[in-house]
Amino acid sequence: MRLRRTLTRALPLTPAVALLLLFLAGPIAYCAYIAFTDLQLTGQAHSSFVGFENFRAAFKDDAFLNAVWLTLVFTVLSSLVGQNTLGLALASLMQRASKPVRTVVGGIVITAWVLPEVVAGFLLYAFFRREGTLNAILDWLHLPTQNWLFTLPILAVSFANVWRGTAFSMLVYSAALNEIPKEITEAAEVDGAGGWRRMWHITLPMIRRSIGTNLMLNTLQTLSVFGLIWVMTRGGPGNRSQTLPLFMYEQAFQKSMIGYGTAVALLLLVVGSLFSLVYMRLLRTEV
Amino acid sequence: MPVRKTLRSRRTGRRLAADAGLLAVAAAFALPLAWVVLSALDPHAGLRVKVPDGLTLDNFDAVLKPDITYTPLLNSLILCGGGTLLTVVCAALAAYPLSRFRSRLNRPFLLTILFATCLPITAIMVPVYALFVRVNLIDTVQGTIFFFAASQLPFAIWLMKNFMDGVPKELEEAAWTDGASSLQSLVRIVLPLMGPGVAVVTVFSFVMMWGNFFVPFMLLLTPDQMPASVSINDFFGNRGTVVYGQLAAFSVIYSTPVILLYVLVSRRLGGGFALGGAVKG
Repeated sequence: MRLRRTLTRALPLTPAVALLLLFLAGPIAYCAYIAFTDLQLTGQAHSSFVGFENFRAAFKDDAFLNAVWLTLVFTVLSSLVGQNTLGLALASLMQRASKPVRTVVGGIVITAWVLPEVVAGFLLYAFFRREGTLNAILDWLHLPTQNWLFTLPILAVSFANVWRGTAFSMLVYSAALNEIPKEITEAAEVDGAGGWRRMWHITLPMIRRSIGTNLMLNTLQTLSVFGLIWVMTRGGPGNRSQTLPLFMYEQAFQKSMIGYGTAVALLLLVVGSLFSLVYMRLLRTEV
Repeated sequence: MPVRKTLRSRRTGRRLAADAGLLAVAAAFALPLAWVVLSALDPHAGLRVKVPDGLTLDNFDAVLKPDITYTPLLNSLILCGGGTLLTVVCAALAAYPLSRFRSRLNRPFLLTILFATCLPITAIMVPVYALFVRVNLIDTVQGTIFFFAASQLPFAIWLMKNFMDGVPKELEEAAWTDGASSLQSLVRIVLPLMGPGVAVVTVFSFVMMWGNFFVPFMLLLTPDQMPASVSINDFFGNRGTVVYGQLAAFSVIYSTPVILLYVLVSRRLGGGFALGGAVKG
């Protein structure tokens, strides 16, 4: 009787669980399996189990290590430094700004965020190209111009990611700052604490949980960026902006080594899972 | 009094400084956006932001054709509409027992969902491709819809459950005593009461799928089935030299629906809508 009631109650869960098992858990399990095989895209009837061979090969592969390094640079520059700091700065400036300015600025920054990934990629491609807007401005200021997508591709795509992703941090921090009681900041202000000291001693400690969640989510988001970089540079020139998702794609499809590409994917997934677990610990009181 | 006076003037000064700082940042953010809008209307658009030589709608005329715009947008609509519908229905059903009944399994289930919310979906696209080839779902619209729905489901369930928790249980209990089933009370009472919540989940799922490039890029092969997020690449490549004005016009057409949807929902819920359920940090 009790079991039956439990089962009836769980019934509405079945469509969702079926979809999740078939199309999410399934591929992840399959990923964990083919990462240990030498599966290739073409001309191969059977794949065989090769153990840790793909991983061993990866850590000896300069192109892989390059991708790891670039992913690290991309994540630290665009997510930890760029989106996070700029988002906090925008949010705290907005606390003091007048309403029309707040609306306009919020609108522009959020539009960049809502825009489809590929469109954002094109806009920043146009911005950074040799004939693009950035060089036009530098020229006007009599500063040296350069072909940004060629000389500093990883920097260009990192800026693109900041442009696109800052709105998220801005919204998270705006919400967090709005929850700080006015009396506390006002009391500190009357006591003569300047802007930076208030930020460091009052605001930051009070929003530290938001900082944690924001950093986690930004990092996870940035780890899986593909379209933006693909549109802007295809990972090039050479492989100087080839982060792990693009490396994975190249190995699996352009070089037809699905097994090797999946091994890289599995590593990405493991790193993502670790971040995900930390994020859950930060949120653990919520469930 | 003097203390208050200095505080107030200091505050005005700070407001001006904040306004100036914000406007400077906004200008930098606006430049790439200005490019797309101005170039779409410019008969001689290039890669840099400039005041158009003259205003024209020729770029829009040139791209508003079945093979360039209508077919890809229709494909996007089918993929994202189907995916969103599936996501919202499954999420609403799943959220109901999680929100209404106590069970020892709720917590582990919700934790798993939360965990899945954060996984980098990009990473599993290669095995998904390999799996889809095996089960003959590759290059099918329904396969892509299923995957879209599955990838969006964890977040949708999470959001939906949080919104549903906000609907008081008493009204449903009244309906139950009148003999309504759980499904009836979900459809007739709970969902209408959480209308804004359902709207948020719907719009958020749709916007995420509409902009997604990697999933259809991997799972679809036939050009006729490609959504706008992938077909936009055709402006480079096979058409020879890139006509930037047309690319910009297409970008505007393709981006407008999601921006409008966002405005619609965020107005109603007061900004930052999607974050309410996810990051209550």
